[in-house]
Amino acid sequence: MLSLRGLPELTWLEIKIFLREPMGALGTIFIPVLTFLILGRMGVGRIANASQSVGALFGAGGVPVLVSLLIANSAVLSLVTIISIYREGGILKRLRATPLRPQTILSAHVIVKLLLTAVTMTLMVLAGKRYYTAGPEVPLFSFAIALLIATWSILSIGFIVASIVPTARFAQPVGALVLYPMIGLSGLFVPLTSFPPGMRAVAKVLPMTYAVSLLQGIWRGEGWMAHGGDVLGLFVAFLVCTSISARVFRWE
Amino acid sequence: MTVPVIQVSGIRKTYGKLVAVDDVSLDVHDGEIFGLIGPNGAGKTTTMECVEGIRRPDHGTIRVLGLDPVRDVYQLQERIGVQLQQAQLQKRIKVWEAVHLWASLYRKKPAVGNQLLEQLGLIEKRNAWFMTLSGGQKQRLFIALALINDPEVVFLDELTTGLDPQARRAIWELVRGIRARGKTVFLTTHLMEEAEKLCDRVAIIEYGKIIDIDRPERLVVRHCPERTVLLATTDENAREAFARIPNLVSVTSDDERITLAGSGDAFITDVIQCLSENKIHVTEFRTVLPTLEDVFLRLTGHSIRD
Repeated sequence: MLSLRGLPELTWLEIKIFLREPMGALGTIFIPVLTFLILGRMGVGRIANASQSVGALFGAGGVPVLVSLLIANSAVLSLVTIISIYREGGILKRLRATPLRPQTILSAHVIVKLLLTAVTMTLMVLAGKRYYTAGPEVPLFSFAIALLIATWSILSIGFIVASIVPTARFAQPVGALVLYPMIGLSGLFVPLTSFPPGMRAVAKVLPMTYAVSLLQGIWRGEGWMAHGGDVLGLFVAFLVCTSISARVFRWE
Repeated sequence: MTVPVIQVSGIRKTYGKLVAVDDVSLDVHDGEIFGLIGPNGAGKTTTMECVEGIRRPDHGTIRVLGLDPVRDVYQLQERIGVQLQQAQLQKRIKVWEAVHLWASLYRKKPAVGNQLLEQLGLIEKRNAWFMTLSGGQKQRLFIALALINDPEVVFLDELTTGLDPQARRAIWELVRGIRARGKTVFLTTHLMEEAEKLCDRVAIIEYGKIIDIDRPERLVVRHCPERTVLLATTDENAREAFARIPNLVSVTSDDERITLAGSGDAFITDVIQCLSENKIHVTEFRTVLPTLEDVFLRLTGHSIRD
């Protein structure tokens, strides 16, 4: 029976606890925003949005997409770290000895991380208005939805990392080692077509690739229908990763 | 005789090559405080976690309130309260928030949170972060969480480890209070004094095997029949009179202080009778009885602290 009893209470509690940890909140929300602003001041925004030079260096909406992915990654890393700290401290085990179901605990953390991503995203849009002259053709709302879908899918990779890292100390580095190379392979910097066939095959099974394709497309103002395949890819990645982590997850 | 609240028969649990629990069987009855005692690593926690449904035994069967802890774990969790060894909560969770969260998890209308905090002496700490609580306060909070669903059976694993004697006594009082409310308590401890003062019945476990189960005082009678009387007298005929006490094993003296060692439950009465019949005037009289600690030593050949 799929019961999510206690989900609202746990989610609300985890949000409050997150905000009480000054370093965590600062690191995950303000540092990406700050990076974004500094990049903007340096004039990267103008280069990235000047449509002619974009293709060569970054792809459409390069900087916004890259920064969005960094936000997603930092949310995922934060999930991985929290889960492993909870495991190491016996918090997961204590929660497990109640009628609270595993899926409820994970769902609460996913909701918190998605909210976090949305908040960071909003702050960035507000802060970046000055430097990143997103034209009226950029559908910010759709872009935010696309980012949440991408984050949700990448979080499922986070589940696997969280399931297998032995201690909290390894969580952050192992997570980073898995996540950041995926951005390199995603086609954001170099178009997929210029990869050797082997690397292209790897890129094809990584959700980050679909995330980039989706985010770039939406940023360019393309419709959701044109990117149904990306959404499907992200959804399949979520299902596969979640079912793997359900098998290998350890509570203590 | 009613059906036991907890029935464990022949469970075995191995971790790789290590046999943690080997053919353990025990019954826990309604309304009693039952203690599983033994040194660290004896298999206490593993046994308890199998009963709670957190671990699955390799062999054997367990019934708790008529339920199978593996198959019916969610049903069981509604009706039991659990305190785990070395458990932690989120560092920055407030006391009242933990109580509120726990209360939201159970189907049954739970015990009133504030009332529980009051009873456990935590009401002034209700806005404190978990990380700022002392060891004793954390344990009391865990007891509160274990009681939040008004459970029929309460599991307490090494409840007072690491607490100072005063906090320990306060916790014992709380556990007696749980029993007074008609609940069954299943606890583990490696403190013999705790088992002796708190438990109605104990099971001694070592190397994953149960060595004996009974009321603490009966275990003492069964395994350690020695009785010792220490007294002081200046009566010169005393030694001669003492020699006639049945079951006397030895008499040693240091000036007027005399130590009488004997065996059996009747020994102390026999000594008193001897003193009164012979009108021996004593200025000091003290009995030394064996404790569970001695029983453990007798049964295992080593002290529980080794």
